[in-house]
Amino acid sequence: MGLFDRRRVRRRGPGRYELRLPPTERAVLADLVAQLRELLVATTDDPMVRRLFPTAYHVDPDRDREYQQLVRDELLERRLAALDTVEATLERDELDEAQLTGWMTAINDVRLVLGTRLDVSEEPVEIDIDDPDAPTYAVYDYLGYLLTEVVDALDADLPEPDEDAV
Amino acid sequence: MSGAPSVAGPTAPAEVDQPVEDTTVDPDRPWVVIVWNDPINLMSYVTYVLQKLFGYPKAKAEKLMWQVHTEGRAAVASGPRETCEMHVFRLHEHGLWATMQQDD
Repeated sequence: MGLFDRRRVRRRGPGRYELRLPPTERAVLADLVAQLRELLVATTDDPMVRRLFPTAYHVDPDRDREYQQLVRDELLERRLAALDTVEATLERDELDEAQLTGWMTAINDVRLVLGTRLDVSEEPVEIDIDDPDAPTYAVYDYLGYLLTEVVDALDADLPEPDEDAV
Repeated sequence: MSGAPSVAGPTAPAEVDQPVEDTTVDPDRPWVVIVWNDPINLMSYVTYVLQKLFGYPKAKAEKLMWQVHTEGRAAVASGPRETCEMHVFRLHEHGLWATMQQDD
């Protein structure tokens, strides 16, 4: 581990992950998680968070209404639980697999909301420093970078592939 | 899918109100779970989720992810309605754009 090794998330062994986040980044995450919780608790119908509760039956609106009624509360609970996990472990330097998985969900959820708000496309865009959305783009990119490290770390602990799934 | 290190297109079903083509329910026709491209989810994340939820080997998960990315959608699983609904729920839990329909 060198001085210039800037990885934030490192797998230390099976189900053990080191978290090396500067206090400023932890503060940003705390703020984002609190903001997402506020949005989710207020409503799941706001366009800002609709992306987190997608359509299931795209060719059958009636069935989709049933599906939404059936699962929306549980989907909401799981999202809030991931936010709880991040808040409860925000100052830790080491996480277990369940905790890091909570981080993964929360980071991706915030990213989905920000990406929807920015209306991002697959084309790379040059953001002008004076653009009022520049800070949001910066946070969005940072979360993508952090998520990549989280996925890399968790990937090593995936169970052996299902023999029948090949 | 945002490449540098994401999955969506104009066809992605954010709000779907297109006319229903076929609502005839034949209980014997299997259901398929479809993942749609979206511009936010990272490619590595989508691959990871497909491995985790379906037990697919990395090569198969990557192939499906690329199909989603280049063709706009991919069928990632099939089976009885209840099973597919559970898959869709788990995919939604992970933030992927997944829908299900009966196989043609």
